[in-house]
Amino acid sequence: MNIYVLLKRTFDTEEKITLSNGQINEEGAEFIINPYDEYAVEEAIQIKEEHGANVTVVTVGGEEAEKQLRTALAMGADQAVLINTEEDIDEADQYTTAKIIAEYLKEKEIDLILAGNVAIDGGSGQVGPRVAELLNIPYVTTIIDLQIDGDRVNLVRDVEGDEEKIEATLPLLVTAQQGLNEPRYPSLPGIMKAKKKPLEELELDDLDLDEEDVEAKTKRIEIFLPSERQAGKILEGELDEQVKELVSLLRNEAKVI
Amino acid sequence: MSNQLDHVIKGGSFLIEDIGPDQVFTPEDFTEEHLMIAKTTEDYVEKEVLPVLDKLENHEFEYSVNLLKKAGELGLLSTDIPEDYGGLGLDKITSALIAEKMSKAGGFSISHGAHVGIGSLPIVLFGTEEQKKKYLPELATGEKIAAYALTEPGSGSDALGAKTVAKLNEAKTHYILNGEKQWITNAGFADVFIVYAKVDGEKFTAFIVERDFPGVSTGAEEKKMGIKSSSTRTLILEDAEVPVENVLGEIGRGHVIAFNILNIGRYKLGVGAVGGAKSAFEITVKYAKERQQFQTPIAEFNLTKEKFGTLASKIYATESSVYRTVGLFDERMGNLSEEEAKDGKNIAQSIAEYAIECSLNKVFATETLDHVVDEGVQIHGGYGFMQEYEIERAYRDSRINRIFEGTNEINRLLVPGMYVRKAMKGELPLFEKAQNLQEELMMFMPEIPGDEPLELQKYLVKNAKKIALMVAGLAVQKYGKELEKEQEVLVNIADIVSNIYAMESAVLRTEKAMNRVGVEKSKQKLLYTEIFCQEAFNQIEQDAKETLIAVEEGDTLMMMLSALRKLTRYNPINVIQKKREAANAIIAAEKYIV
Repeated sequence: MNIYVLLKRTFDTEEKITLSNGQINEEGAEFIINPYDEYAVEEAIQIKEEHGANVTVVTVGGEEAEKQLRTALAMGADQAVLINTEEDIDEADQYTTAKIIAEYLKEKEIDLILAGNVAIDGGSGQVGPRVAELLNIPYVTTIIDLQIDGDRVNLVRDVEGDEEKIEATLPLLVTAQQGLNEPRYPSLPGIMKAKKKPLEELELDDLDLDEEDVEAKTKRIEIFLPSERQAGKILEGELDEQVKELVSLLRNEAKVI
Repeated sequence: MSNQLDHVIKGGSFLIEDIGPDQVFTPEDFTEEHLMIAKTTEDYVEKEVLPVLDKLENHEFEYSVNLLKKAGELGLLSTDIPEDYGGLGLDKITSALIAEKMSKAGGFSISHGAHVGIGSLPIVLFGTEEQKKKYLPELATGEKIAAYALTEPGSGSDALGAKTVAKLNEAKTHYILNGEKQWITNAGFADVFIVYAKVDGEKFTAFIVERDFPGVSTGAEEKKMGIKSSSTRTLILEDAEVPVENVLGEIGRGHVIAFNILNIGRYKLGVGAVGGAKSAFEITVKYAKERQQFQTPIAEFNLTKEKFGTLASKIYATESSVYRTVGLFDERMGNLSEEEAKDGKNIAQSIAEYAIECSLNKVFATETLDHVVDEGVQIHGGYGFMQEYEIERAYRDSRINRIFEGTNEINRLLVPGMYVRKAMKGELPLFEKAQNLQEELMMFMPEIPGDEPLELQKYLVKNAKKIALMVAGLAVQKYGKELEKEQEVLVNIADIVSNIYAMESAVLRTEKAMNRVGVEKSKQKLLYTEIFCQEAFNQIEQDAKETLIAVEEGDTLMMMLSALRKLTRYNPINVIQKKREAANAIIAAEKYIV
């Protein structure tokens, strides 16, 4: 079985994020595998352990993303592909990324593609579905369980807290939701082996793509940090009075009713 | 890095020789694999250990055993064990980084450290082929846990005064051991103990003792001030039967193993203390940002910033010293041939060469840690005294570090003695250097260093080395063999040497970083170096003055003090301002950053 995992390098949103000149300050920021993509990597490795498979992790980005690819290799993926767009592309969006990945994948023999449900930085959740569309294969998003039985795949999908059971067939693209699994951290032998696993680096040229082919369809106008949270208010007095005051505040101050 | 160095640096030589920044290993030189292994350790501590730490603190040690097995699965027990025996055989930087990151797990890091370090290494370094094959694979996986039993009720610092005895039985198949070993880490669940006993009451010898051997038992769990999440018990040997093939090393040569293992224990404690200091510091900075008094986060008060600046500079100097030292081991081991590297004794020798540095690191790092947790509690105010706050445990856990693996007093006293021995053996030309210095000092004129970054700090390091030689040379001249009894003088000399090592390590690390990424991106490092060097140099001046006054008198004393004045003349920087600057970056990042 050939499994491809789409992986993105993102900054760690648990660390403090600062802006400078309207851009996210990369100096001092910590970078990680997008957590949802980490579920995808883990799932791929678990399938490999159960059924046997060849797992390739693919990312579009710059040289720096090699580190996250190595981590995926250390977790247990077999090989990695870095499509380096650092020199060719200034402005990219989900269309750009999906188009590049689809172009890379279209000649491959694919059984399963796993991606994160959403990236914690851009948060669009589009790349997975777009790639499936371009490759003309079915896709299921936000999965929390996946069982493979021959060509058939039984999936459980998280639908805003409820579960939806879906049956599908390979080839298939799925996007991983939190709860799918508990990603392992690389063991030391895994880390040492990852050093020797193949990591292929490609550029747009190698995929016969021009910059115009993948030109972004959207434009980013502004980046800003969420406004500081205001201090809360604790209402006091009898319950009746509290309720009255709450209603009045919701009406006059918060203006939500 | 072995190719970068053109010669192998001699232990202790930093005091008389100057080296360039390319000759030191710094945390900025970690490879991608080092960093990934560090991350795995952090994740392991965060996800596996911390959630059950309260249970460990409560002495539910079945969790420790499971945690160690899990660590074994991840490879966190096998970096120092050669591949031939089921280990990974990685470099010393890796095992140091693991020790650093593990320290966040409090007392459990002591369980881990005792197992991989003093518990397993005696077999790795001094075991026979059969012993290694028998024990190491299971120690690497954590299926078996190791412990180290040297201390006895009546022999602590005086380790060779042990009373435990071993006697060969009539059939000559077993040694019969009798005695008690006290305060043995991991004793509650360890399967294998490295035990020292005197054969026929005379010949100090190491043995591999299994828990299941007849006559082996352990006492009750000790009630300790800190590191409660590690098991500590007495190991009781009552006619314990140890097969003759379990003698470790040679009979009567146990001290060789003991001293080598102490060196390793010491530098590992140094690394652990760096990790402990960083995490206690981070907890404190975060708290100080949240805690408001007078409508102001207490982190914003200048006195808090002063503390942050002081502590972070010390952590920086410690971290720089410790990793420089580990780099020295790796460098020396890298020069061993494949055949030589297979003999554990050569590995031990590569570390023993730097016994001075091991002692200095142990003292300096554990005192930095104690300073950090002490101010950590202080910044937490009354809350720091409450058990709900992590800093309270960190404070209690820290205290033992100044005591075990040789008290800091013993380690200080050792430093001048080791230097004298190296000089006597002709390994370091200390006497010649001291001789030349006397002449140089007659005409010494203070220089005015330029304004370039680090110029002043390099000047301070240079003069500090002269001060050390002047003071130590005088003491040796004056007391000769009797110097041993002048413990206050010895300790002052050790402190001067210790500050020099830390200052120089910080300077070299910062210089290396500046050469690599420029001054602008090395600003925080530069601030720490400026702050630390000035404060350490002032301390050196104090120690030197006190020592000179104790050793000399009359005209000679006046001459010496005048030389010291010349050597300590410089234009100081405004450390208050520098500390505020350093602290601002720390507060923004909410942790120790470089």
